[in-house]
Amino acid sequence: MTVTLIWIAVALFAIGLYLSWTAGRLDRLHARIDAARAALDAQLLRRASVAQELATSGVLDPAASIVLCEAAHAARQAEEEHREVAESELSQALRAVFSEPGQVAVVREAPGGEDATEELAQAVRRVPMARRFHNDAVRAARALRRHRTVRWFRLAGHAPFPLAFEMDDEPPVALADRANA
Amino acid sequence: MRIGIVCPYAWDVPGGVQFHIRDLAEHLIRQGHEVSVLAPADDDTPLPPYVVSAGRAVPVPYNGSVARLNFGFLSAARTRRWLHDGTFDVVHIHEPTSPSLGLLTCWAAQGPIVATFHTSNPRSRAMIAAYPILQAALEKISARIAVSEYARRTLVEHLGGDAVVIPNGVDVDFFARAEPRPEWQGGTIGFIGRIDEPRKGLPVLMKALPKILAERPDTRLLVAGRGDEEEAVASLPKEMRGRVEFLGMVSDEDKARLLASVDVYVAPNTGGESFGIILVEAMSAGAPVLASDLDAFAQVLDQGTAGELFANEDADALAGAALRLLADPERRTELSERGSKHVRRFDWSTVGADILSVYETVTQGAAAVATDERTGLRARFGLAGAERRAARD
Repeated sequence: MTVTLIWIAVALFAIGLYLSWTAGRLDRLHARIDAARAALDAQLLRRASVAQELATSGVLDPAASIVLCEAAHAARQAEEEHREVAESELSQALRAVFSEPGQVAVVREAPGGEDATEELAQAVRRVPMARRFHNDAVRAARALRRHRTVRWFRLAGHAPFPLAFEMDDEPPVALADRANA
Repeated sequence: MRIGIVCPYAWDVPGGVQFHIRDLAEHLIRQGHEVSVLAPADDDTPLPPYVVSAGRAVPVPYNGSVARLNFGFLSAARTRRWLHDGTFDVVHIHEPTSPSLGLLTCWAAQGPIVATFHTSNPRSRAMIAAYPILQAALEKISARIAVSEYARRTLVEHLGGDAVVIPNGVDVDFFARAEPRPEWQGGTIGFIGRIDEPRKGLPVLMKALPKILAERPDTRLLVAGRGDEEEAVASLPKEMRGRVEFLGMVSDEDKARLLASVDVYVAPNTGGESFGIILVEAMSAGAPVLASDLDAFAQVLDQGTAGELFANEDADALAGAALRLLADPERRTELSERGSKHVRRFDWSTVGADILSVYETVTQGAAAVATDERTGLRARFGLAGAERRAARD
């Protein structure tokens, strides 16, 4: 009798330990998603700022300036549910404006253009990077949250189901011609 | 930035991963970052000042060969201490799926962890069995780097998730500066790699050699690398053995000079390659490259535009392609020029900047690396709560 009771206690203890460990994992994954999302936001914001700066600096022709300014502004102001679309449109605008190496060269020659181009090139390379890291974290969290144990014991609490950030982040070829992808 | 790098394999054993870590660490230090490398090493091995020993590596049969790995209680404790003392902004683990220091670090750390996957092993049975344990550790990695598109594909297939591709780095100028040595010039074919490792493909080249010599009897084959030389030429007819010169293990300088001297560099590897650093080195030195058409090699050679490819393990195709190249100096010059231009993207200045971008991306919006106290039993019941709070402040 006592032996049975001890075994039951041991089993309960083991289950408790496992649940607590799984909850810890999930908590860590949620923290990772938050950090990755913050990094992605920062990169997107940086990209939009540099794009807007370039658009209003007068080094681009008026048509290109308007297209870029419009897209950058929309990306910065977008509501959460339209964000993916707005950021994708900024990617398309950047690709349209910087489709030729000649355009990049013109911007580089303008005063302060070297820094601005470098900054933009860095931003367009880092957005896909940050997005990949974010979506990787989301995938890992989703895989764990689909697990029976997590669902039955509601280990995720009230945390919202994580969503991937889907957008077109293809950088302009002229800006990112280094082997980076 | 304070950067901790974890090397899974013994520091004193030469290998691709070790060289990559050494070059990366030195590049980052030159850029003004604080770098500490944790690596398995015997206590009496002389180590560069930035390397911290994690104890002796134990030879264990793993994955078909004997690997020298670090695990167990002692290594785990040293890893934990290194993490604690280092207060790194980011930890960069290499080869996290091998049961060595990388995995231990994953286990013991929390915070921004970057991991580079070098090889692309097919999923082994051991890994499937260990998957739940592995998954819990791998979940902590905030950013994954694959060394080639091929490595990324296998990574995605086996572990899910995604990775960014950053190729291995090479000091292109070091190879480009190398002076040819006259005694290694004039109708020479170069091969660098372990002689007794069939995957490096020397047997294929030996099978192709009689055909090459039949048409161009003056050709010489220069072989640099460890292994049994007599066994390597055993398949050759006796009169042809004199056309093969073994240079043994060569220094980095001699390797660069050898690559700068040969008419054709041949990489007949039959598999197990996820990148192909030697091809980049050969192109940097200006050697026309002829390589087997492995996925990874085709990618490094830009699908055959920066170097020629032949059907893997096909000695006749190798002989044909080598003869064509040896007979056509113009084509060799063209390949050499195209190769030199193509390798710029593998230079440390580019690769190092990309790796730093990854570090900066993951450290943004995240706290520094700390030891993961949650694995402690007491912490799990809230007993270590006060300690943890104190550590956080």
